[in-house]
Amino acid sequence: MDKLLFLSIFLGSAASAAEKTGMPQLDTTFWFSQIFWLIITFSILLVLLSKFILPKISANLETRKSRIQENISAAEKQREESEAKINEYERIIEKSKKEAINYLNQEKEKLVRDINLKKEAIEKGLSEEIQKIEVEIQEFKDKAPKKINIIAVETSSDLLQQLIGTDVNSSSISAIVDDLSRKKINKYYGN
Amino acid sequence: MATNPMAQFEVYRIGPEIKLGSIDISFTNSSLFMVISSLTILLIFNLGSKKNSLLPSKVQLLTELSYTFVSKMISDTAGSKAKPYFSFIFSLFMFVLFCNMFGMMPYSFTVTSHIIVTFVLAFFVFTGVTIIGFMKHGLGYLKLFVPSGVPTLLLPLIIIIEVISYLSRPISLSVRLFANMLAGHTMMKVFGGFVISLGIVGGWLPLSFSVALTGLEILVAFLQAYVFAILTCIYLNDALNLHH
Repeated sequence: MDKLLFLSIFLGSAASAAEKTGMPQLDTTFWFSQIFWLIITFSILLVLLSKFILPKISANLETRKSRIQENISAAEKQREESEAKINEYERIIEKSKKEAINYLNQEKEKLVRDINLKKEAIEKGLSEEIQKIEVEIQEFKDKAPKKINIIAVETSSDLLQQLIGTDVNSSSISAIVDDLSRKKINKYYGN
Repeated sequence: MATNPMAQFEVYRIGPEIKLGSIDISFTNSSLFMVISSLTILLIFNLGSKKNSLLPSKVQLLTELSYTFVSKMISDTAGSKAKPYFSFIFSLFMFVLFCNMFGMMPYSFTVTSHIIVTFVLAFFVFTGVTIIGFMKHGLGYLKLFVPSGVPTLLLPLIIIIEVISYLSRPISLSVRLFANMLAGHTMMKVFGGFVISLGIVGGWLPLSFSVALTGLEILVAFLQAYVFAILTCIYLNDALNLHH
């Protein structure tokens, strides 16, 4: 209801206003003045904007764009550089790791070799000593029957002298001892 | 002033009468608002382009956004060939926009609510576009009136219609802007009058209408400036890139 009322009042008042004065837009008194001032103001606006202001705005936008582009490319370059550095760093670490492992292995080998050498040397010394001792023992072994024989001859001659009271020919005694010892030698020193 | 909703459109002389021969070119309230609009545009855009900081200030941002807005509008509708006419379309858009917006201030005068002003602007556009069309294509520009793929029997009729529609461009362009401004401002004035006549009891409803209308009219003020500029771009596109 209200809206209808408003609409009727609006239409009525608008119509009456148009009747009263008509549209000022159709009053030609100031048409030329309006055209004249429109051309003047718009031309001045157009000239000032196109000659001074718009080129400046365009240049501003251009320089900002190029500056941002520059910054982006600089950042990109730095990123690449840092990546290269990281790669290099990783390579160095890898290399030093490898070197360390190599060094360790070498040292291990060297140590093993050293130990082996020393072991061999000791073993060689030991076997030499053993051989020497064996030779000595052999020598001793070889010499022992002869010595026993001599002792046996001496003791027999001493015994005979004390028993009989005369010197007995030592050569005959030794022949007997030799004969005996040769018979029994294998019993004591048999190999 | 008072209650007559058409009184706001009256043009009156400010200062002395100036005559050029027998023609009256006195400075009027209409001229005043043209000057104010132009000066405001120049002031804002000069301020916004004065120094170029990497991080723009608010004024600079505003000017640069308007610049890219208009330049995008032109390149979208008329292509890259329309670049030389950028400053004209930019000035036209800004002039119409600021005249419309200044008209939204109470007790101000709306320059674009006068048919003669909008018609002169539309006539500039129309003659300019026609001259550009004939300069670019010679008499081939007349092909604009002969759409391709039309049966020959219908061709005379189509050509007549096309010619009429082409010639009515300045009228439609100017009347669209003028009528929008006139209707909007008249409505606002009428509802404003209702607030007074219905008083403290019934005046709230028209007041709320008035508030809503103000928002709508600001939108229309922008939209009509945009429409004016974009139609100029479309006409320019016809002249630059003959597609028919």
